[in-house]
Amino acid sequence: MPSIEVQKLGKSFSSNARAVLSELSFIVDDDECLCLLGPSGCGKTTVLRLLMGLEQPSSGSIHVAPALASKMSYVFQEPRLVPWRTCLENVLLPLELTGQNNSSARDRALDLLQQLGLNNHLQNFPDELSGGMQMRVALARALITQPRIILLDEPFAALDERTRFRMQDLLLELKERLHVQYVFVTHSISEAVYLGDRILLLDNAGHINDDRSIPFIERNQSLKLTPAFNAVVQEYSKLFSDMEDNMIETGASQAQR
Amino acid sequence: MISTIRIWLADKLPAWIFLALLLSIWQWIVQQQWVASYLLASPLQIFHTTLELWTDIWAATLSTAQSIIWGLGMSLAIGVTSALLFFSIPIARRAIMPFCIFFQTVPIIAIAPLLVIWFGYGQPTVKASAFIVSLFPILANTLTGLQETDPHLKELFRLYKPSPWQLIFKLQIPSAIPYIITGIKISAGLAVVGAIVGEFIAGGGLGSLIDAARTQQRVDLVFSGVLMSSGLALLLVSTINLIAHLLFRGRPYLRKQ
Repeated sequence: MPSIEVQKLGKSFSSNARAVLSELSFIVDDDECLCLLGPSGCGKTTVLRLLMGLEQPSSGSIHVAPALASKMSYVFQEPRLVPWRTCLENVLLPLELTGQNNSSARDRALDLLQQLGLNNHLQNFPDELSGGMQMRVALARALITQPRIILLDEPFAALDERTRFRMQDLLLELKERLHVQYVFVTHSISEAVYLGDRILLLDNAGHINDDRSIPFIERNQSLKLTPAFNAVVQEYSKLFSDMEDNMIETGASQAQR
Repeated sequence: MISTIRIWLADKLPAWIFLALLLSIWQWIVQQQWVASYLLASPLQIFHTTLELWTDIWAATLSTAQSIIWGLGMSLAIGVTSALLFFSIPIARRAIMPFCIFFQTVPIIAIAPLLVIWFGYGQPTVKASAFIVSLFPILANTLTGLQETDPHLKELFRLYKPSPWQLIFKLQIPSAIPYIITGIKISAGLAVVGAIVGEFIAGGGLGSLIDAARTQQRVDLVFSGVLMSSGLALLLVSTINLIAHLLFRGRPYLRKQ
Protein backbone atom coordinates (compact mmCIF):
# COMPACT_ATOMS: atom_id res chain seq x y z
CA MET A 1 0.00 0.00 0.00
CA PRO A 2 1.48 3.40 -0.94
CA SER A 3 2.31 5.84 1.84
CA ILE A 4 0.92 8.78 -0.13
CA GLU A 5 -1.34 8.73 -3.17
CA VAL A 6 -1.88 11.95 -5.10
CA GLN A 7 -4.59 12.04 -7.75
CA LYS A 8 -5.22 14.76 -10.33
CA LEU A 9 -3.94 17.41 -7.98
CA GLY A 10 -4.50 20.98 -9.09
CA LYS A 11 -3.65 24.27 -7.46
CA SER A 12 -4.25 27.88 -8.46
CA PHE A 13 -3.69 30.73 -6.05
CA SER A 14 -6.54 32.87 -7.39
CA SER A 15 -9.45 32.15 -9.70
CA ASN A 16 -7.96 33.88 -12.77
CA ALA A 17 -4.30 33.02 -12.16
CA ARG A 18 -2.43 30.36 -14.13
CA ALA A 19 -2.62 26.98 -12.40
CA VAL A 20 0.60 26.18 -10.53
CA LEU A 21 -0.26 22.49 -10.69
CA SER A 22 -2.78 20.67 -12.84
CA GLU A 23 -3.79 17.02 -12.93
CA LEU A 24 -0.70 15.91 -11.03
CA SER A 25 -0.82 12.25 -10.01
CA PHE A 26 1.86 10.17 -8.31
CA ILE A 27 2.38 7.83 -5.44
CA VAL A 28 5.01 7.54 -2.74
CA ASP A 29 5.53 3.86 -2.06
CA ASP A 30 5.94 2.36 1.37
CA ASP A 31 9.48 2.99 2.69
CA GLU A 32 10.41 4.87 -0.47
CA CYS A 33 12.38 8.12 -0.52
CA LEU A 34 11.16 10.30 -3.33
CA CYS A 35 12.83 13.37 -4.80
CA LEU A 36 10.85 16.05 -6.60
CA LEU A 37 13.15 17.69 -9.11
CA GLY A 38 12.31 20.64 -11.30
CA PRO A 39 13.22 24.17 -12.31
CA SER A 40 12.44 27.13 -10.07
CA GLY A 41 8.76 28.02 -10.09
CA CYS A 42 7.52 24.63 -11.30
CA GLY A 43 5.43 24.07 -8.18
CA LYS A 44 7.65 21.65 -6.23
CA THR A 45 7.23 23.55 -2.98
CA THR A 46 3.49 23.81 -3.58
CA VAL A 47 3.26 20.02 -3.91
CA LEU A 48 5.05 19.63 -0.60
CA ARG A 49 2.90 22.26 1.13
CA LEU A 50 -0.23 20.54 -0.19
CA LEU A 51 1.01 17.19 1.14
CA MET A 52 1.58 18.76 4.58
CA GLY A 53 -1.79 20.54 4.57
CA LEU A 54 -0.24 24.02 4.57
CA GLU A 55 -2.24 24.72 1.38
CA GLN A 56 -5.57 23.37 0.23
CA PRO A 57 -5.81 21.83 -3.27
CA SER A 58 -8.00 23.53 -5.88
CA SER A 59 -8.82 20.13 -7.33
CA GLY A 60 -7.85 16.48 -6.96
CA SER A 61 -7.07 14.57 -3.82
CA ILE A 62 -4.22 13.52 -1.55
CA HIS A 63 -4.52 10.29 0.35
CA VAL A 64 -2.04 9.55 3.13
CA ALA A 65 -2.01 6.06 4.66
CA PRO A 66 -3.96 6.34 7.95
CA ALA A 67 -1.05 5.03 10.01
CA LEU A 68 1.14 7.83 8.63
CA ALA A 69 -1.28 10.75 8.58
CA SER A 70 -0.25 12.03 12.01
CA LYS A 71 3.36 10.95 11.54
CA MET A 72 4.42 13.54 9.00
CA SER A 73 6.98 16.21 9.59
CA TYR A 74 8.16 19.19 7.55
CA VAL A 75 11.48 20.95 7.05
CA PHE A 76 11.31 24.39 5.45
CA GLN A 77 13.77 25.80 2.95
CA GLU A 78 15.29 27.94 5.72
CA PRO A 79 15.80 26.65 9.29
CA ARG A 80 12.99 28.81 10.71
CA LEU A 81 14.20 28.59 14.27
CA VAL A 82 12.46 30.67 16.92
CA PRO A 83 15.10 33.35 17.66
CA TRP A 84 14.42 33.70 21.40
CA ARG A 85 14.51 29.95 22.10
CA THR A 86 17.71 28.01 22.65
CA CYS A 87 18.73 25.16 20.39
CA LEU A 88 17.20 22.61 22.83
CA GLU A 89 14.01 24.67 23.29
CA ASN A 90 13.59 24.91 19.53
CA VAL A 91 13.78 21.15 19.23
CA LEU A 92 11.24 20.72 22.03
CA LEU A 93 8.80 23.24 20.51
CA PRO A 94 6.61 20.70 18.62
CA LEU A 95 6.19 18.62 21.77
CA GLU A 96 5.41 21.68 23.87
CA LEU A 97 2.68 22.70 21.44
CA THR A 98 1.20 19.22 21.32
CA GLY A 99 1.34 18.80 25.11
CA GLN A 100 3.96 16.03 25.10
CA ASN A 101 6.82 17.88 26.69
CA ASN A 102 7.96 15.65 29.54
CA SER A 103 11.27 14.31 30.82
CA SER A 104 11.38 11.47 28.28
CA ALA A 105 10.83 14.00 25.49
CA ARG A 106 13.74 16.02 26.84
CA ASP A 107 15.93 12.91 26.90
CA ARG A 108 14.91 12.17 23.32
CA ALA A 109 15.76 15.73 22.26
CA LEU A 110 19.16 15.49 23.97
CA ASP A 111 19.79 12.18 22.25
CA LEU A 112 18.81 13.56 18.85
CA LEU A 113 20.96 16.66 19.29
CA GLN A 114 23.87 14.43 20.26
CA GLN A 115 23.34 12.30 17.15
CA LEU A 116 23.38 15.50 15.09
CA GLY A 117 26.57 16.70 16.76
CA LEU A 118 24.96 19.60 18.57
CA ASN A 119 25.43 18.49 22.18
CA ASN A 120 27.81 21.38 22.84
CA HIS A 121 25.30 23.93 21.61
CA LEU A 122 22.18 23.05 23.59
CA GLN A 123 21.90 26.45 25.23
CA ASN A 124 22.97 28.49 22.21
CA PHE A 125 20.48 30.75 20.47
CA PRO A 126 19.98 30.44 16.69
CA ASP A 127 21.96 33.59 15.91
CA GLU A 128 24.95 32.00 17.63
CA LEU A 129 24.90 28.97 15.30
CA SER A 130 26.24 28.56 11.76
CA GLY A 131 23.85 27.92 8.85
CA GLY A 132 24.62 24.20 8.85
CA MET A 133 24.07 23.93 12.61
CA GLN A 134 20.77 25.81 12.33
CA MET A 135 19.62 23.37 9.65
CA ARG A 136 20.60 20.43 11.88
CA VAL A 137 18.48 21.94 14.67
CA ALA A 138 15.60 22.23 12.19
CA LEU A 139 16.12 18.55 11.27
CA ALA A 140 16.13 17.57 14.95
CA ARG A 141 12.91 19.55 15.46
CA ALA A 142 11.33 17.65 12.56
CA LEU A 143 12.51 14.32 14.00
CA ILE A 144 11.51 14.89 17.64
CA THR A 145 7.89 13.99 16.88
CA GLN A 146 9.11 10.55 15.69
CA PRO A 147 7.71 10.96 12.18
CA ARG A 148 7.46 8.18 9.59
CA ILE A 149 7.65 10.62 6.66
CA ILE A 150 9.59 13.88 6.49
CA LEU A 151 8.83 16.42 3.79
CA LEU A 152 11.92 18.50 3.04
CA ASP A 153 11.73 21.65 0.94
CA GLU A 154 15.20 22.35 -0.52
CA PRO A 155 16.62 22.38 3.00
CA PHE A 156 20.27 22.44 1.99
CA ALA A 157 20.01 24.94 -0.88
CA ALA A 158 21.50 27.83 1.09
CA LEU A 159 24.43 25.86 2.53
CA ASP A 160 27.98 25.80 1.20
CA GLU A 161 28.96 22.70 -0.78
CA ARG A 162 30.87 20.87 1.98
CA THR A 163 28.12 21.44 4.54
CA ARG A 164 25.52 20.41 1.96
CA PHE A 165 27.31 17.11 1.35
CA ARG A 166 27.58 16.48 5.10
CA MET A 167 23.88 17.21 5.55
CA GLN A 168 22.98 14.85 2.67
CA ASP A 169 24.92 12.04 4.35
CA LEU A 170 23.36 12.88 7.68
CA LEU A 171 19.90 12.60 6.14
CA LEU A 172 20.72 9.19 4.64
CA GLU A 173 22.11 8.06 7.98
CA LEU A 174 19.01 9.23 9.88
CA LYS A 175 16.80 7.51 7.33
CA GLU A 176 18.50 4.19 8.10
CA ARG A 177 18.78 4.68 11.83
CA LEU A 178 15.32 6.08 12.54
CA HIS A 179 13.47 4.22 9.77
CA VAL A 180 11.94 7.33 8.22
CA GLN A 181 11.14 7.93 4.60
CA TYR A 182 11.18 11.33 2.98
CA VAL A 183 9.91 13.40 0.10
CA PHE A 184 12.73 15.75 -0.84
CA VAL A 185 12.29 18.79 -3.05
CA THR A 186 15.34 20.10 -4.85
CA HIS A 187 16.45 21.80 -8.04
CA SER A 188 19.89 20.18 -7.85
CA ILE A 189 20.11 17.16 -10.15
CA SER A 190 23.03 15.53 -8.35
CA GLU A 191 21.32 15.99 -4.97
CA ALA A 192 18.15 14.36 -6.28
CA VAL A 193 20.09 11.44 -7.79
CA TYR A 194 22.07 11.01 -4.57
CA LEU A 195 19.13 11.16 -2.16
CA GLY A 196 16.21 9.74 -4.11
CA ASP A 197 15.10 6.12 -4.51
CA ARG A 198 12.95 7.58 -7.25
CA ILE A 199 12.85 10.96 -8.95
CA LEU A 200 9.82 12.83 -10.24
CA LEU A 201 10.84 15.46 -12.75
CA LEU A 202 8.33 18.32 -12.82
CA ASP A 203 8.07 20.82 -15.69
CA ASN A 204 7.06 24.44 -15.44
CA ALA A 205 3.38 23.62 -15.92
CA GLY A 206 3.43 21.35 -12.88
CA HIS A 207 3.31 18.15 -14.96
CA ILE A 208 5.42 15.07 -14.39
CA ASN A 209 7.95 14.94 -17.18
CA ASP A 210 9.78 11.86 -16.02
CA ASP A 211 9.31 9.29 -13.27
CA ARG A 212 11.86 6.57 -12.70
CA SER A 213 13.79 4.74 -10.01
CA ILE A 214 17.42 5.39 -9.24
CA PRO A 215 19.58 2.28 -9.38
CA PHE A 216 21.96 3.01 -6.48
CA ILE A 217 21.65 1.18 -3.18
CA GLU A 218 24.86 1.96 -1.29
CA ARG A 219 25.32 5.70 -1.04
CA ASN A 220 28.24 7.77 0.15
CA GLN A 221 29.98 10.85 -1.22
CA SER A 222 32.45 8.76 -3.24
CA LEU A 223 29.47 7.48 -5.25
CA LYS A 224 29.32 10.95 -6.80
CA LEU A 225 32.73 10.32 -8.39
CA THR A 226 31.67 7.11 -10.13
CA PRO A 227 30.90 7.04 -13.88
CA ALA A 228 27.53 5.35 -13.18
CA PHE A 229 26.41 8.21 -10.95
CA ASN A 230 27.61 10.82 -13.42
CA ALA A 231 25.86 9.02 -16.26
CA VAL A 232 22.53 9.28 -14.42
CA VAL A 233 23.17 12.94 -13.62
CA GLN A 234 24.01 13.58 -17.31
CA GLU A 235 20.82 11.82 -18.35
CA TYR A 236 18.78 14.06 -16.08
CA SER A 237 20.67 17.15 -17.23
CA LYS A 238 19.65 16.28 -20.81
CA LEU A 239 16.04 15.68 -19.77
CA PHE A 240 16.12 18.97 -17.91
CA SER A 241 17.44 20.99 -20.86
CA ASP A 242 15.05 19.25 -23.34
CA MET A 243 12.20 20.11 -21.02
CA GLU A 244 13.32 23.74 -20.82
CA ASP A 245 13.69 23.93 -24.66
CA ASN A 246 10.15 22.58 -25.03
CA MET A 247 8.88 25.12 -22.57
CA ILE A 248 10.56 27.99 -24.46
CA GLU A 249 9.04 26.72 -27.77
CA THR A 250 5.59 26.34 -26.21
CA GLY A 251 5.88 29.79 -24.68
CA ALA A 252 6.94 31.32 -28.02
CA SER A 253 4.10 29.66 -29.98
CA GLN A 254 1.56 30.77 -27.38
CA ALA A 255 2.90 34.31 -27.61
CA GLN A 256 2.56 34.25 -31.44
CA ARG A 257 -1.06 33.15 -31.15
CA MET B 1 39.98 45.71 31.56
CA ILE B 2 42.15 48.65 30.47
CA SER B 3 40.81 48.42 26.93
CA THR B 4 37.21 48.39 28.29
CA ILE B 5 37.95 51.57 30.26
CA ARG B 6 39.55 53.09 27.17
CA ILE B 7 36.48 52.26 25.03
CA TRP B 8 34.18 53.63 27.73
CA LEU B 9 36.21 56.83 27.96
CA ALA B 10 36.31 57.23 24.19
CA ASP B 11 32.53 56.84 24.14
CA LYS B 12 31.53 58.98 27.12
CA LEU B 13 34.36 61.46 27.61
CA PRO B 14 33.46 63.84 24.73
CA ALA B 15 29.96 64.37 26.19
CA TRP B 16 31.35 65.04 29.70
CA ILE B 17 33.94 67.47 28.34
CA PHE B 18 31.26 69.26 26.33
CA LEU B 19 29.03 69.49 29.43
CA ALA B 20 31.88 70.90 31.54
CA LEU B 21 32.63 73.44 28.81
CA LEU B 22 28.98 74.44 28.52
CA LEU B 23 28.59 74.88 32.28
CA SER B 24 31.81 76.91 32.47
CA ILE B 25 30.68 79.25 29.68
CA TRP B 26 27.25 79.54 31.27
CA GLN B 27 28.78 80.35 34.68
CA TRP B 28 31.13 82.88 33.10
CA ILE B 29 28.35 84.64 31.13
CA VAL B 30 26.21 85.02 34.28
CA GLN B 31 29.19 86.17 36.38
CA GLN B 32 30.03 88.83 33.79
CA GLN B 33 26.38 89.97 34.18
CA TRP B 34 25.82 89.82 30.45
CA VAL B 35 22.38 88.38 31.21
CA ALA B 36 20.20 89.67 34.05
CA SER B 37 20.17 87.30 37.05
CA TYR B 38 16.34 87.23 37.08
CA LEU B 39 16.51 85.74 33.55
CA LEU B 40 19.30 83.21 33.96
CA ALA B 41 20.74 81.74 37.16
CA SER B 42 24.30 80.46 37.16
CA PRO B 43 24.97 76.71 37.49
CA LEU B 44 26.61 77.29 40.90
CA GLN B 45 23.62 79.28 42.10
CA ILE B 46 21.27 76.51 40.94
CA PHE B 47 23.43 73.99 42.81
CA HIS B 48 23.36 76.07 46.01
CA THR B 49 19.59 76.58 45.80
CA THR B 50 19.07 72.86 45.28
CA LEU B 51 21.14 72.10 48.40
CA GLU B 52 19.44 74.81 50.42
CA LEU B 53 15.90 73.74 49.56
CA TRP B 54 16.71 70.04 49.23
CA THR B 55 13.97 68.89 51.68
CA ASP B 56 11.21 70.62 49.69
CA ILE B 57 12.64 69.66 46.31
CA TRP B 58 13.08 66.03 47.34
CA ALA B 59 9.49 65.84 48.69
CA ALA B 60 8.20 67.34 45.43
CA THR B 61 10.33 64.93 43.39
CA LEU B 62 9.01 61.94 45.34
CA SER B 63 5.42 63.08 44.86
CA THR B 64 5.96 63.49 41.09
CA ALA B 65 7.77 60.15 40.89
CA GLN B 66 4.82 58.42 42.62
CA SER B 67 2.37 59.88 40.11
CA ILE B 68 4.61 58.94 37.17
CA ILE B 69 5.07 55.35 38.33
CA TRP B 70 1.35 54.98 38.99
CA GLY B 71 0.42 56.47 35.60
CA LEU B 72 3.02 54.45 33.72
CA GLY B 73 2.10 51.25 35.57
CA MET B 74 -1.58 51.68 34.69
CA SER B 75 -0.65 52.48 31.08
CA LEU B 76 1.42 49.32 30.91
CA ALA B 77 -1.34 47.13 32.36
CA ILE B 78 -4.20 48.68 30.39
CA GLY B 79 -2.17 49.32 27.22
CA VAL B 80 -0.90 45.74 26.87
CA THR B 81 -4.27 44.23 27.82
CA SER B 82 -6.14 46.48 25.36
CA ALA B 83 -3.63 45.69 22.61
CA LEU B 84 -4.14 41.96 23.20
CA LEU B 85 -7.89 42.48 23.14
CA PHE B 86 -7.77 44.57 19.94
CA PHE B 87 -5.47 42.02 18.34
CA SER B 88 -7.69 39.07 19.25
CA ILE B 89 -10.99 40.81 18.41
CA PRO B 90 -10.46 42.79 15.18
CA ILE B 91 -13.94 44.32 15.33
CA ALA B 92 -13.08 45.81 18.74
CA ARG B 93 -9.94 47.29 17.19
CA ARG B 94 -11.88 48.78 14.30
CA ALA B 95 -14.52 50.19 16.67
CA ILE B 96 -12.30 51.63 19.38
CA MET B 97 -8.86 52.34 17.88
CA PRO B 98 -9.95 55.45 15.88
CA PHE B 99 -11.16 57.04 19.13
CA CYS B 100 -7.90 56.15 20.86
CA ILE B 101 -6.04 57.94 18.04
CA PHE B 102 -8.41 60.92 18.30
CA PHE B 103 -7.97 61.01 22.09
CA GLN B 104 -4.22 61.00 21.60
CA THR B 105 -4.39 64.14 19.45
CA VAL B 106 -6.09 66.22 22.19
CA PRO B 107 -3.37 68.14 24.09
CA ILE B 108 -3.10 67.09 27.74
CA ILE B 109 -3.00 70.77 28.79
CA ALA B 110 -6.51 71.13 27.34
CA ILE B 111 -7.85 68.12 29.22
CA ALA B 112 -6.11 68.89 32.52
CA PRO B 113 -8.79 71.35 33.77
CA LEU B 114 -11.43 68.68 33.12
CA LEU B 115 -9.40 66.21 35.15
CA VAL B 116 -9.32 68.66 38.06
CA ILE B 117 -13.12 68.91 37.88
CA TRP B 118 -13.43 65.11 37.88
CA PHE B 119 -10.67 64.08 40.29
CA GLY B 120 -10.08 67.21 42.36
CA TYR B 121 -6.80 68.95 43.20
CA GLY B 122 -3.65 66.96 43.96
CA GLN B 123 -2.28 63.57 43.07
CA PRO B 124 -5.37 61.83 41.59
CA THR B 125 -5.48 64.36 38.73
CA VAL B 126 -1.70 64.19 38.27
CA LYS B 127 -1.81 60.39 38.10
CA ALA B 128 -4.68 60.52 35.61
CA SER B 129 -2.75 63.03 33.49
CA ALA B 130 0.41 60.86 33.50
CA PHE B 131 -1.72 57.83 32.62
CA ILE B 132 -3.56 59.50 29.72
CA VAL B 133 -0.44 60.71 27.92
CA SER B 134 1.50 57.49 28.42
CA LEU B 135 -1.21 55.02 27.43
CA PHE B 136 -1.19 55.34 23.65
CA PRO B 137 2.48 54.59 22.81
CA ILE B 138 2.35 51.35 24.81
CA LEU B 139 -0.97 50.34 23.27
CA ALA B 140 0.04 51.23 19.70
CA ASN B 141 3.50 49.66 19.96
CA THR B 142 2.22 46.44 21.52
CA LEU B 143 -0.46 46.16 18.86
CA THR B 144 2.10 46.73 16.10
CA GLY B 145 4.40 44.13 17.68
CA LEU B 146 1.60 41.56 17.81
CA GLN B 147 0.61 42.27 14.22
CA GLU B 148 4.18 42.13 12.94
CA THR B 149 4.81 38.57 14.09
CA ASP B 150 6.99 36.85 11.48
CA PRO B 151 4.57 35.04 9.10
CA HIS B 152 7.18 32.31 8.60
CA LEU B 153 7.17 31.55 12.32
CA LYS B 154 3.36 31.61 12.32
CA GLU B 155 3.45 29.00 9.58
CA LEU B 156 5.93 26.93 11.57
CA PHE B 157 3.60 26.99 14.58
CA ARG B 158 0.65 26.05 12.34
CA LEU B 159 2.38 22.72 11.64
CA TYR B 160 1.79 21.74 15.26
CA LYS B 161 -1.81 23.00 15.47
CA PRO B 162 -1.37 25.25 18.51
CA SER B 163 -4.26 26.57 20.61
CA PRO B 164 -4.96 30.33 20.32
CA TRP B 165 -3.43 30.77 23.80
CA GLN B 166 -0.25 28.93 22.81
CA LEU B 167 0.00 31.10 19.72
CA ILE B 168 -0.35 34.28 21.79
CA PHE B 169 1.91 33.33 24.69
CA LYS B 170 4.58 31.32 22.87
CA LEU B 171 4.79 33.31 19.66
CA GLN B 172 2.99 36.62 19.45
CA ILE B 173 3.82 38.14 22.85
CA PRO B 174 7.53 37.14 22.69
CA SER B 175 7.65 38.61 19.16
CA ALA B 176 6.14 41.84 20.46
CA ILE B 177 8.56 42.26 23.39
CA PRO B 178 10.99 44.64 21.60
CA TYR B 179 8.00 46.79 20.55
CA ILE B 180 6.51 46.75 24.07
CA ILE B 181 9.83 47.85 25.59
CA THR B 182 10.19 50.66 23.05
CA GLY B 183 6.59 51.70 23.83
CA ILE B 184 7.33 51.76 27.57
CA LYS B 185 10.43 53.92 27.02
CA ILE B 186 8.48 56.43 24.90
CA SER B 187 5.67 56.40 27.46
CA ALA B 188 8.09 56.93 30.36
CA GLY B 189 9.20 60.28 28.90
CA LEU B 190 5.60 61.25 28.20
CA ALA B 191 4.46 60.23 31.71
CA VAL B 192 6.94 62.76 33.15
CA VAL B 193 5.49 65.46 30.87
CA GLY B 194 1.92 64.41 31.80
CA ALA B 195 2.66 64.50 35.53
CA ILE B 196 4.35 67.93 35.40
CA VAL B 197 1.50 69.39 33.29
CA GLY B 198 -1.02 67.83 35.69
CA GLU B 199 0.82 69.38 38.64
CA PHE B 200 0.79 72.84 36.99
CA ILE B 201 -3.01 72.68 37.06
CA ALA B 202 -3.78 70.42 40.04
CA GLY B 203 -0.86 71.34 42.32
CA GLY B 204 1.74 69.31 44.18
CA GLY B 205 5.06 67.85 43.09
CA LEU B 206 7.74 69.36 40.88
CA GLY B 207 5.20 70.99 38.52
CA SER B 208 3.77 73.03 41.37
CA LEU B 209 7.26 73.84 42.65
CA ILE B 210 8.34 75.12 39.22
CA ASP B 211 5.11 77.12 38.87
CA ALA B 212 5.49 78.68 42.34
CA ALA B 213 9.15 79.52 41.62
CA ARG B 214 8.08 81.16 38.37
CA THR B 215 5.57 83.43 40.15
CA GLN B 216 8.34 84.43 42.60
CA GLN B 217 10.80 84.97 39.72
CA ARG B 218 13.14 82.38 41.31
CA VAL B 219 14.84 81.27 38.09
CA ASP B 220 17.36 79.22 40.10
CA LEU B 221 14.53 77.19 41.66
CA VAL B 222 12.82 76.78 38.26
CA PHE B 223 16.07 75.31 36.94
CA SER B 224 16.31 73.04 40.00
CA GLY B 225 12.81 71.69 39.32
CA VAL B 226 13.55 71.24 35.61
CA LEU B 227 16.77 69.36 36.36
CA MET B 228 15.03 67.10 38.87
CA SER B 229 12.26 66.24 36.37
CA SER B 230 14.83 65.47 33.66
CA GLY B 231 16.71 63.36 36.20
CA LEU B 232 13.48 61.50 36.95
CA ALA B 233 12.94 60.75 33.24
CA LEU B 234 16.53 59.54 32.84
CA LEU B 235 16.30 57.38 35.98
CA LEU B 236 13.03 55.92 34.75
CA VAL B 237 14.41 54.97 31.30
CA SER B 238 17.56 53.48 32.90
CA THR B 239 15.41 51.46 35.32
CA ILE B 240 13.30 50.18 32.42
CA ASN B 241 16.48 49.14 30.58
CA LEU B 242 17.75 47.38 33.70
CA ILE B 243 14.45 45.55 34.32
CA ALA B 244 14.26 44.50 30.65
CA HIS B 245 17.84 43.24 30.88
CA LEU B 246 17.16 41.29 34.09
CA LEU B 247 13.85 39.88 32.86
CA PHE B 248 15.14 38.66 29.53
CA ARG B 249 18.63 37.75 30.81
CA GLY B 250 20.52 37.02 27.63
CA ARG B 251 17.41 36.04 25.61
CA PRO B 252 17.81 37.59 22.18
CA TYR B 253 14.41 39.34 22.23
CA LEU B 254 16.17 42.67 22.04
CA ARG B 255 18.96 41.57 19.72
CA LYS B 256 18.54 42.16 16.03
CA GLN B 257 18.32 38.81 14.27
